[in-house]
Amino acid sequence: MNRQRLKAKLIKYFLQSCGSLSIIIVLLIFLFLFKEAIPFIGSPGITELFHNVWNPVSFQKEEFGIVPLITGSIVVTLLAIIIAVPFGIIGAVYISEIASPKEREFLKPFIEILAGIPSVVLGFFGLVVVSPLIKDVFQLNSGLNALTGSVLLALMAIPTIMSISEDAIKSVPSVYKEASLALGASKLETIWKVVVPAALSGIVASVMLGMGRVVGETMAVMMVTGNSPVISFNPFSSVRTMTATIAAEMGEVTIGSNHYMALFWVGIVLMLMTFGLNLISYRVLKKYGLSEK
Amino acid sequence: MVDIQADSKVKVHVENMNFYYGPVQALFDINLDIPEKKVTALIGPSGCGKSTFLRTLNRMNDIIDGTRIEGKVMIDDKDIYDPMTDVVELRKKVGMIFQKSNPFPKSIFDNIAYGPRIHGVKDKNKLMDIVESCLIKSALWDEVKDRLEKNAMGLSGGQQQRLCIARALAINPDVVLMDEPASALDPKSTLKIEDLINELKKDYTIIIVTHNMQQAGRVSDHTAFFYEGRLIEFGATEQIFTKPNQKQTEDYITGRFG
Amino acid sequence: MRGITYLVVLFIAYIIIDILIHGLPTISWDFLTGDPEKSGAEGGIFPAILGTLYLVVGTIAVALPLGMFSAVYLTEYAKQNKLAQSIRMAIVTLAGIPSIVFGLFGLGLFVITLNFGSSILAGSLTLACMILPTIIVASEESLKSVPQYMREGSLALGATKWETIYKNVLPYALPGMLTGSILGIGRAAGETAPILLTAAAFFLPELPTSVFDPVMALPYHLYILATQHPEAQKILPMQYGTALVLLFLVVGLNLVAIILRIRVRKKYKW
Repeated sequence: MNRQRLKAKLIKYFLQSCGSLSIIIVLLIFLFLFKEAIPFIGSPGITELFHNVWNPVSFQKEEFGIVPLITGSIVVTLLAIIIAVPFGIIGAVYISEIASPKEREFLKPFIEILAGIPSVVLGFFGLVVVSPLIKDVFQLNSGLNALTGSVLLALMAIPTIMSISEDAIKSVPSVYKEASLALGASKLETIWKVVVPAALSGIVASVMLGMGRVVGETMAVMMVTGNSPVISFNPFSSVRTMTATIAAEMGEVTIGSNHYMALFWVGIVLMLMTFGLNLISYRVLKKYGLSEK
Repeated sequence: MVDIQADSKVKVHVENMNFYYGPVQALFDINLDIPEKKVTALIGPSGCGKSTFLRTLNRMNDIIDGTRIEGKVMIDDKDIYDPMTDVVELRKKVGMIFQKSNPFPKSIFDNIAYGPRIHGVKDKNKLMDIVESCLIKSALWDEVKDRLEKNAMGLSGGQQQRLCIARALAINPDVVLMDEPASALDPKSTLKIEDLINELKKDYTIIIVTHNMQQAGRVSDHTAFFYEGRLIEFGATEQIFTKPNQKQTEDYITGRFG
Repeated sequence: MRGITYLVVLFIAYIIIDILIHGLPTISWDFLTGDPEKSGAEGGIFPAILGTLYLVVGTIAVALPLGMFSAVYLTEYAKQNKLAQSIRMAIVTLAGIPSIVFGLFGLGLFVITLNFGSSILAGSLTLACMILPTIIVASEESLKSVPQYMREGSLALGATKWETIYKNVLPYALPGMLTGSILGIGRAAGETAPILLTAAAFFLPELPTSVFDPVMALPYHLYILATQHPEAQKILPMQYGTALVLLFLVVGLNLVAIILRIRVRKKYKW
């Protein structure tokens, strides 16, 4: 009998430690990002990071200003969201309110596939198809710019926005709809004036989650945005995002060098941004009981 | 207040029992002696605590978070809430039938063999003997003997419930708890279950929760009436139904509430 | 609204068809089983396929048991206590961390500090950390869908908690746990950024012989061919071929998961 109790205890502790590993991994991630980045504060100095020039490999003066990388990420992300939001929300409304059950059964998994396409494949597609297209349409010298990156990122954000918005729309109580229809509003009026406003916080959260995903996306952006680290808000200029900078440069740095540490700082900023976005959206979703995603 | 016929021994003895779901008290100062090899019915309106009481007898409430019990529950003179009590041994001794028949999605054979296997019976012939005898006891053998390998989910509702009874008998319990075993069944299946209960009380102490009073009248020797978490009255079924001592019991029996 | 929704559908279809049309002519037995020649301009992609498979298998070996055990703990043991809440918070946090940050983490911990070097081991561990939340959440959902009476019925027969979970819950939850996990595994197979920093090499003269060797991998191979190769424009067929194989692998895995999910749901209607 005591052996059985001991066994039960051991099993519980074993499972508990497996579960706790997630916490440990999160802590380790923070720990290792900071561990590799911290010495930078002493030697080149933390203020170096706030400059406007990123030029880490230079014979004259190495510069580690991450501002252009941050603006690069922001420009690409905002553009992507502007493109993705109408598609995502209209798609969600269509799937949850208008489409027939048969259509829904086809549309949902199909759009899930989009979420499953590896970003490097999407990046490749962007490189060989989207980028020349944008170059021709806007008559540019190069199709490798913020806009091309945004189009691809929008594609990645659409499934996230669509599926979570759809959940939010579905959770609007049907009495609202019935009341509106009973007052003589048309179906479309009901959707846009009653259903969508009622689901708004869920929809906003979905957009923020999509944003979190877009900010952190690496390969597709790296392949099509041209990667020049300049501060510009012009969609047609070449930009370099935080993610792309890490991915492109980490392979060539000396471990422990200033450049290496600066890249870890970029990682920290990136993580804090996504962390913040996710935190806010989960708070909102949880408040409305939609967090089981 | 407790009057048990002198000819039977006390199987379950409950003394000053209080039970809580978190901050909410569900049972108040329950004192009760349940006789051996008889059928005891627990009746009362929904939410009166009768099912909660039933589940304290095999410690099924343990698996609900934040529950707490005070007082004594003795089965065969052993306190089942003693820290040294092995819950597994207790539940082997006190079988349970649930309100909704809950066969596992396995074959009929595997359903009944589940308990014995857990408790270490490996020999195929021995298992077969157990399965057969339990199915005979639960009056299901003739209906299923040719399809023991079929999935139990394919049985009718009444058959499923009798299968669950067979499954509970397979671990050879002394006491069988039944939580509204016939509430989801049609009248014909209900009757079969009631016949079965009458048959089983020769060998087992049966405690049955029901809110069907005719059923309590038909199957039980003793009846306990619960109201708002308190045991109002306990006595021979005939007495409870014909001349209850308490006003509340009478109101309930005559259908003035509940 | 229908138009806009179907525009998205059309776009997805276009991507897939474009890659199919241009990729299929490249696919041949030699392409799938041969070694790359002239730094990927000719020959096959066998080492990259194998490398991706190694990474995927390594990732599954680490993340699947861990994720499943975590889910069992969360659904069956932990209730509303502090630890469980912290674990849930950690899972949400992990799910939101960008893949490149996982790469940095893997580089710092596995490659440098633990001295695994750029290797299958470091890459698999990094990817495992990344897909752990997906596996946990999928497994939890599947465990929760096993009705409570399966547990009560077994406990009432005198089974211990673990016997109940092992014999009467896990067998019914397992198919759902696995199909849900396939989605995470598909993601691991297609990820480039983390392995870029922890495992991948563009060209290796020999196949890896131990978990401490670096590997070639399909996504990385495609990335290099498309952007870093001196004659990127001329080797378009090779790029399309690689993209198709990768897409086939990942979307194939996803499709399998979606189909299995529908079948599992039909099998166990509680």
